[in-house]
Amino acid sequence: MNIVVCVKQVPDTWSEKRLDPEDSTLDREATDPVMNEMDEYAVEEALRLQETHGGEVTILCMGPDSATQTVRKALSMGGDRAVHVVDDALHGSDAVATSLVLARAIETIDAVDLVLLGSESSDARMSVVPAMLAERLGRAQLTFAKEVTVDGPTVTIKRLTDDGYQVVEGTTPAVVSVVEKINEPRYPSFKGIMSAKKKPVQTYAVADLGIDPGEVGLSGAWTSVESFELAPPRESGRVVTDDGNGADRLAEKLVEFLASKKFV
Amino acid sequence: MIARGRRPVERHLPTEEAAALLDLTRELASEELAPRVNAYEAESRFPREVFHTIGRAGLLGLPYDERWGGGGQPYEVYLQVVEELATVWATVAEGVSVHTLACYPLAGFGSDEQRDRWLPDLLGGELLGAYCLSEPQSGSDAAALTTRAVVDGDVYVVDGTKSWITHGGEADFYSLLCRTSDEGSRGIACLLVDATTDGVSAAAPERKMGFTGSTTAQMRFDGARVARDRLLGAEGEGFRIALAALDGGRLGIAACAVGLAQNALDVAVAWAGERRQFGRELREFQGVSFMLADMATGVEAGRALYLDAARRRDRGEAFGKSAAMAKLFCTDMAMKVTTDAVQVLGGYGYVQDFPVERLMREAKALQIVEGTNQVQRMVIGRHLTRP
Repeated sequence: MNIVVCVKQVPDTWSEKRLDPEDSTLDREATDPVMNEMDEYAVEEALRLQETHGGEVTILCMGPDSATQTVRKALSMGGDRAVHVVDDALHGSDAVATSLVLARAIETIDAVDLVLLGSESSDARMSVVPAMLAERLGRAQLTFAKEVTVDGPTVTIKRLTDDGYQVVEGTTPAVVSVVEKINEPRYPSFKGIMSAKKKPVQTYAVADLGIDPGEVGLSGAWTSVESFELAPPRESGRVVTDDGNGADRLAEKLVEFLASKKFV
Repeated sequence: MIARGRRPVERHLPTEEAAALLDLTRELASEELAPRVNAYEAESRFPREVFHTIGRAGLLGLPYDERWGGGGQPYEVYLQVVEELATVWATVAEGVSVHTLACYPLAGFGSDEQRDRWLPDLLGGELLGAYCLSEPQSGSDAAALTTRAVVDGDVYVVDGTKSWITHGGEADFYSLLCRTSDEGSRGIACLLVDATTDGVSAAAPERKMGFTGSTTAQMRFDGARVARDRLLGAEGEGFRIALAALDGGRLGIAACAVGLAQNALDVAVAWAGERRQFGRELREFQGVSFMLADMATGVEAGRALYLDAARRRDRGEAFGKSAAMAKLFCTDMAMKVTTDAVQVLGGYGYVQDFPVERLMREAKALQIVEGTNQVQRMVIGRHLTRP
């Protein structure tokens, strides 16, 4: 069974993020880049499925040159090969354009049975790319999986919902997005890191995929950020000093306070 | 306040792969070791699962040949991995050093057939090893050991007691030094004993001053039947194997001591930048900053000394004297630096809510293990006055 895992490089979740005032896109220079955490679970799941079913695991990444780091990490975890779409024209791409690029890139890979990806990226947090990708590829979409089993051509997932899970079944080839409940991603091993350097990485520009550069990037985006404002800094709390009669009308005063803040 | 915001130590590594290995080590240390260290040490809980994690990542066979699944790394690199682990959790770093020591008799003295058969498992990351040399009545005087192995057909029947065995009762295999004849240091053999062998058992773990997360126990060999093909090297060669293993083991302890001291230094420096007395930060008092300066100098000097010994070993030169000097200097330095870290933190340093009192207790062990520092001086003295 051949699997493609889409991975995205994002700013470290814990680092402070800034938008570039020039074009309202994320200032990627200002933060430590890491692999989107949810995608690590997708890589792990692909490797586990490969251990059972065999086949090849291909890592697919759309991102700038620096995203090579994320590609290497996925390969050092155990992916067999990688496809990296890197092109200045991609800067500022929205979800619609991203799904187009990923779909065209997947079509360059032979006999793909399953596409796995994290159900959201920790920077954009749209959660729409998996569905758009399935639509573009004309494949079954199984999203928010906390468990995946493959039996012949049948893919079954437990789809996480707010109050439990649904069992959803589809037929390969399919697109499956995973949530972090699905597994515990492995660390790359020292040998994995070494061998990752020798694994093949195919790079494409958007034109190589038959895409007009105008369809992607900021100019091709269906949505645009008009303006942005920084969240106001947190105000300090209000200290109420008990001058000896704090217990008097305590409940009343609390209600007054909560009402003034529109909590009740 | 421990690992947070710590700046990585600047290292001169020989290869790009060594740099990648150190990055991996730091990642494992901050994500797998740091969240556990305080609770496990407080509860005297042995972190077996942590050894599985770092073993699978490839950290339990670093200085051995890739042919048998080792990492093919020079000591210069392997020891810096031990140091990085010790910067976060000395129990785990010491465990890596002891495991590596336990693999040495097979890797260094086993036949190719023996190495093909067992070494990939020992280095593969799933198994943990222990090294059985000391006995209740023979510590520094290792050649006086009395555990006996008697041939009976195709097995050795082993009887005796081994003391202070790190990983005793937790290990999967034991590199055992025992007596096959009465010819003193020339009557000792080394056996590779599987932990599941009948007649091998561990006493209750020792209740120690420090390294409480690590397990130390007496091992009993009571008519244990060990196949004769598990003899490493020749009968009578055991003492030579034991000493050669210890030369490498001492470097592991030296690296462990430097990491431990680095941790104490980092905590003390952070504290001196936060704590205010008399209207200024502690670091602005020369009395404190001079202490920090001496601590930092000790750590750097220790690192330089163990790396010099490691590089001698990697070049195939004699390194016994250098290893003894590194063990002596680094562990005495760690004792001083951790004691001073407690002093810098004052009352906070003396209580268990802050990590430095534990580091001070751990440092004490390192002055004793793999040959007390008095034995290191004997070794160094002997090298100096040898005709």
